[in-house]
Amino acid sequence: MATKILIPTPLRSYTAKRDVVEAEGATVGELLANMTEQYTDLRKHLYTNEGTLRSFVNIYVNDDDIRYLEKEQTPVTSDDTVSIIPSVAGGRRS
Amino acid sequence: MTSNGSPGLTNEEVARYSRHLIMPEVGMEGQLKLKAARALCIGAGGLGSPVALYLAAAGVGTIGIVDFDEVDYSNLQRQIIHGTPDVGRSKLESAKSRLNALNPEVEVVTHEMALSSQNALGLFADYDLVVDGTDNFPTRYLVNDACVIQGKPNVYGSIFRFEGQNSVFATKDGPCYRCLYPEPPPPGLVPSCAEGGVLGILPGVVGTLQATEAVKLILGAGELLIGRFLIFDALKMKFRELKLRKDPDCPVCGEHPTVTELIDYEQFCGITSSSPPAVVAPEVDDEATVEELKMRIDRLDSFMLLDVRETQEFEICRIPGSVLIPLGELPSRLSELEGRSDLIVHCKSGARSGKAVKLLREAGYIGARNLKGGILAWIDRIDRSLPKY
Repeated sequence: MATKILIPTPLRSYTAKRDVVEAEGATVGELLANMTEQYTDLRKHLYTNEGTLRSFVNIYVNDDDIRYLEKEQTPVTSDDTVSIIPSVAGGRRS
Repeated sequence: MTSNGSPGLTNEEVARYSRHLIMPEVGMEGQLKLKAARALCIGAGGLGSPVALYLAAAGVGTIGIVDFDEVDYSNLQRQIIHGTPDVGRSKLESAKSRLNALNPEVEVVTHEMALSSQNALGLFADYDLVVDGTDNFPTRYLVNDACVIQGKPNVYGSIFRFEGQNSVFATKDGPCYRCLYPEPPPPGLVPSCAEGGVLGILPGVVGTLQATEAVKLILGAGELLIGRFLIFDALKMKFRELKLRKDPDCPVCGEHPTVTELIDYEQFCGITSSSPPAVVAPEVDDEATVEELKMRIDRLDSFMLLDVRETQEFEICRIPGSVLIPLGELPSRLSELEGRSDLIVHCKSGARSGKAVKLLREAGYIGARNLKGGILAWIDRIDRSLPKY
């Protein structure tokens, strides 16, 4: 069963402008791996070269940060919604 | 006592704030709290505009504003504290005169400076709370760390295109910005508003939410956005809320903080003065000047002028004879350049075309050169009839 992943505005250029994508996986880690196989350009924005999640990208399952759940081992089902929340600096133009 | 016998509000103020005074959540006591409060706005731009306007209208007694910029035409689409006659004026002067006209009862203190590790702590000490309306990561982290160190709440708002984020950081028991994002993204991985654009109304929504939280903090009323991260999507007209936690290992507000004084935030964010952010700058002799370009166009040289901006930008203005392939599409459209060895690449000011030149050279187009200063330089020095954006 596929789980919904909400894509934030700054990353939509790597998902063919989609704001929601679906991927299969029993854990957050599997889900993201499958998603970045579909959208390969997204990978370098989510993971470091060493394969760890970048620290300025937070992943939420429903409204909880996976850092406080079981990180990438956090289980997901098709009822969950996963969100990618990157840091955004915008405000006053410099 | 004032002449009407009320403790601290004149008759004019009672009339002005009457819609507050008759509400139990504010009342005379709350209005006096607002009058005694001191709020500091970092930036008088997109977010700072509604923040400062609403705080002044609400009667926040002292409003400090930090900025060092001048009002530009491109600001007016969203920075509603400034008007067309203010273009070219300092943002602080413009904001101050607008706020004084709105509410002469409040004191507006202008701080004409770039916020830095040297001045932030001293400045923040004079205020009760800080409203962060900045646009770049080094200042975001600086504002956060200085708020934590000084124990001042940080009313946070951030915008990009159609999406906004709000929270309240650095309250006594709440999380700070670093609990959410311990480290900034490396330069270039996240586009700025100047590059990505922003819906003019978006900072109006996000800034108004910041002003709301600032007023609630002062009043001690309601439930604040502490430990809560609000995300607003204007296109979908949806608000979502995520939970934030105070990170016990947070380097600034955790149990064993390692950052106890302000650091070099430019360096922390990977920005050094010798390497401009995100731009893989080609060698200087790889660059073409707009004068050279003009000469080559005039003598009908056979070369290709490639514009790597977005379609919307191309519709605003273009250099005659240019071919548009947006930077994001370039890798998949290289075949359109086949057989072209003489290429001049341009964008708005030279950053994106710098990336395009690097990409082209790696793909074997070693004759690709960057147009220094982009179409902005072309408008300044060759064709002033074109609009600047």
